[in-house]
Parts: sequence; structure tokens; C-alpha cells
Amino acid sequence: MSGLEATGLSYAYGAKQALDDVSFSVSSGAFCALLGPNGAGKSTLFNLLTRLFVAPSGQINIAGHDLRASPRQALAQLGIVFQQTTLDLDLTVQQNLGYFAALHGLSGRTAATRIDAALDQLDMRERAKEKARALNGGHRRRTEIARALLHDPSVLLLDEPTVGLDAAARASITDYAHALAAAGKTVLWATHLTDEVRAQDDLIILHRARILAQGTAQDIAGGHSLQDRFLSMTGQTA
Amino acid sequence: MSAYLTSLRAIVVREALRFIHQRERFVAALVRPLVWLLVFAAGFRAALGLSIIPPYQTYITYETYIVPGLCGMILLFNGMQSSLSLVYDREMGSMKLLLTSPLPRGWLLFCKLLGSTAISILQVYAFLAIAAFFDIRMPALGYITVLPALIVAGLMLGALGLLLSSFIKQLENFAGVMNFVIFPMFFLSSALYPLWKMAESSELLHDICAVNPFTHAVELIRFALYVELNGPALLWTLLATAVFAGVALVGYDPARTRIGRRG
Repeated sequence: MSGLEATGLSYAYGAKQALDDVSFSVSSGAFCALLGPNGAGKSTLFNLLTRLFVAPSGQINIAGHDLRASPRQALAQLGIVFQQTTLDLDLTVQQNLGYFAALHGLSGRTAATRIDAALDQLDMRERAKEKARALNGGHRRRTEIARALLHDPSVLLLDEPTVGLDAAARASITDYAHALAAAGKTVLWATHLTDEVRAQDDLIILHRARILAQGTAQDIAGGHSLQDRFLSMTGQTA
Repeated sequence: MSAYLTSLRAIVVREALRFIHQRERFVAALVRPLVWLLVFAAGFRAALGLSIIPPYQTYITYETYIVPGLCGMILLFNGMQSSLSLVYDREMGSMKLLLTSPLPRGWLLFCKLLGSTAISILQVYAFLAIAAFFDIRMPALGYITVLPALIVAGLMLGALGLLLSSFIKQLENFAGVMNFVIFPMFFLSSALYPLWKMAESSELLHDICAVNPFTHAVELIRFALYVELNGPALLWTLLATAVFAGVALVGYDPARTRIGRRG
């Protein structure tokens, strides 16, 4: 079964084509990396997948729900970590999570239990009362991942979640996202860094609004290092 | 509790928390109308003669005349301020959180509107209390009957802010809009001078004032403060609310939206 499926997506900002007939599918419980240089169209694709924009043509299916026909059911199955931080820095970690839970209709004991569980999963429990402003970049990201998991979505979208993090925090968050996929979540992970992609991961390479390659990372690399293959495909030099 | 009420409560509480964190904003929002009331109005009292017009039964001082207009001013500035914060939210990304919630977008925006209106009304009451301290008083019952008028006027001006925020792409463009919206709306209204006074100077300006929804919001508040209902003002204000909210919804429609376009 497909966890996330996009068919024939196109989007333009005036004359500039940001996505051109993009189709792909991520099977349920898979970790799929969306690799593309800056400006490839990754963020536009995320805006379409999260319904911040609606594509004039094409279709998006999230855990079996058509985003156009039943947006509310589809969005309920979606956990999102945006590239820019979306935490309210003046609120505590717990208040941030509580606010998000309420936006998904969760309140009272249900919300509290889920918030505790999500914070435990990400080793953030002892920071629950700290203001988001006091957290370092890695902990802010963890808070956002915990938040994205609160409503138990089946599909998780992460838009370059490791930007600005140090090597240790980057590795830990990448590992965690892989573990989530192993536990059954469908994960789409946008990045421009090849070292975050593992050989057995599904991989989509996006360049200049089009998909260049789709398959497992090791098949696409074809015996070369993924970095070299990626650079040669996108016509860039190291 | 239903998902709708849960989200309503959370959005209103967040607005309140944000407000508590910005105490300077509260003070600034009060200082502005108080300067008008205690300095400007005192100076103009001698220059302006006011005849008896409804809802007033006797001669009134200029300070008394401009109180409803200054209540409107608080709502107007706050409506614009909350729209400024929406543009900021959008640039900072937290608006994305709201817009990707599975609840209907119209409902979420309405909650936001209600939250900011509630905060504005608290400020109006603080202003009225200080005015009363300086002996500028309304009938006691008026302080209660003005509440629904403040809600309607606050929603109208908040909806206008929402509308503007949906069409403004960046914070930098906002200053211009403030100049082109706040000042004309405020000065081309009955907030500072009765409309018949304006008609003496210019029929055209009088006509512009008469269609300005802010004039009707101010008149609605003015009559409500004297325990009277101004039916036409209520209808105008409600109509303007519906139009502003409708256009704002179109502006936030994902098929047309500009949100995150630069992201």
C-alpha cells in the first residue's frame, strides 16, 4: 500500500516553473529521501503536499486520502516538520505542544498523555517547562518532531530538518527518523546532503523542477558514491 | 470537548499569552488614546462648539464626544496590529502550523479573529476606566450595553486586518498600508468631529465619511455607550464585517494563497 503518492504535480510562480509534472510514490513504512540542490523545487513540493498551496493540476494521496477531495482526513494523517522553526519561542515546550494538540482537536488528559509520551520518545521530558527560546537548535528540532508525532500521523514530512545543526544532532535526528520508518511511519525526508541518505533508503532526486531518478539509493548510486553520482546528475562539481 | 471548541480555546489562550508577554504593547495601546483624550481634546475643547445631536441630551464637552471614537481607535489599531502579527507569523512560519491543521481554515481564522478582538476589548475597558478616573463618564448601564457593540466593531476591524494580511506579502510593505488604511479611516470618520461639521467644510468629505465603515463602528459604540441602538450603524458594520471576512477567506484560500511563496 502506498503511504504517500503524488501524480502529475506542476506548479509555477508566474513564468518560473517550480515543479513540472512530478510523480512519485512512497510505500507505507518506507524512509524516502528527497534529494535536490537548493532551488530544485523541494519546498514548493512540500507546500503542495501540506496544502499550503494547491496545484492547478495533479493529485496527492496521503495514506489513502485524496488531499483535494478530503483535505481534512488527509491532513489528519500528516505530521510535518517545516524547514523554518515554527515554535512559539515565548512559550514553553509543553505549551507549544499543547497548542498544536488543540489544533488537532486533542485536549485534556488525552493531550497530556500524548505530549508526555512524545517528549519521552525524544528524550525531551525534562525540558518540558523550558521556554523554546532557551533550547539549542537540536532540541528545538526534537521538540518539533515530538510535536509532529502528537496526533499519531501515518505519514511524516520533514523539510531539511537538519539545517543549522551540528554533526551529533544531525546524526541523532537522522537516526531517529529512520527508526520511525522502521516502526511503520512513512517518512519523506527532504535534504540536499547525501550523507543523510542510507544505501537501502528509497531515494527521489529532484532537479530543476523535475524528477531525475527514483529508486533505492544504492541502485541510483550504481557502484559510485552517492555524492559523486548526485553531483554528476545535477551537473554540479564538488 | 469538541475539536472546534478545543482549538478555539487554544488559539484565544495563545493570543492572551502573547499579549501578556508584550506588556509594552498594552501600555502603548492605552497611551495613544489617552494622549488624544487628555491633551488633544483639552486643547480643542475651546475651538470646537458642539450642538446637541443624538444620542446626547445636553451639551457635552469635546472630551466626552471623542471617547467613542477613541474606543474605535483602540480597536482599529489592534485590528491592524494583529494583522501585522499574522504577516509576521507567516514570515516566521508559525502560521503554517495553523493552516495545516485538519480543522477548516475559515474556523481557525475566525478563532484568531475572536482572540484578538477579546484582547482589544480588554484594552477599551481599561481606557474607559482611566477616562472615568478623569471624570469623563458614561451612564453606568452604558458600560455593559457597549460590550456587544465593541464585539461587532472589533470583529469588523479584525476582519479588515485579516484581509490586509492575506494580501500583504512582506512585513516591509506594512508601513505603507498603515498610512493608507489607519489614518484615512480614522480622520475620515465621526471619531473626532460630528459629520454635520464635516459637511460645513466639504460635502464630498462628508459623503466619504458617511460610507466609511469606521464611522458606523464609532456611531454604534457611541449610541451603545448611552444605552441606545443605532440600527443603521449596526447593519453597516455587520455588512462590512461580512465583506472583509469573505475577501480575507478568498485571500487565504490555498488555491490562490501566497503563503510561504518565498520559502
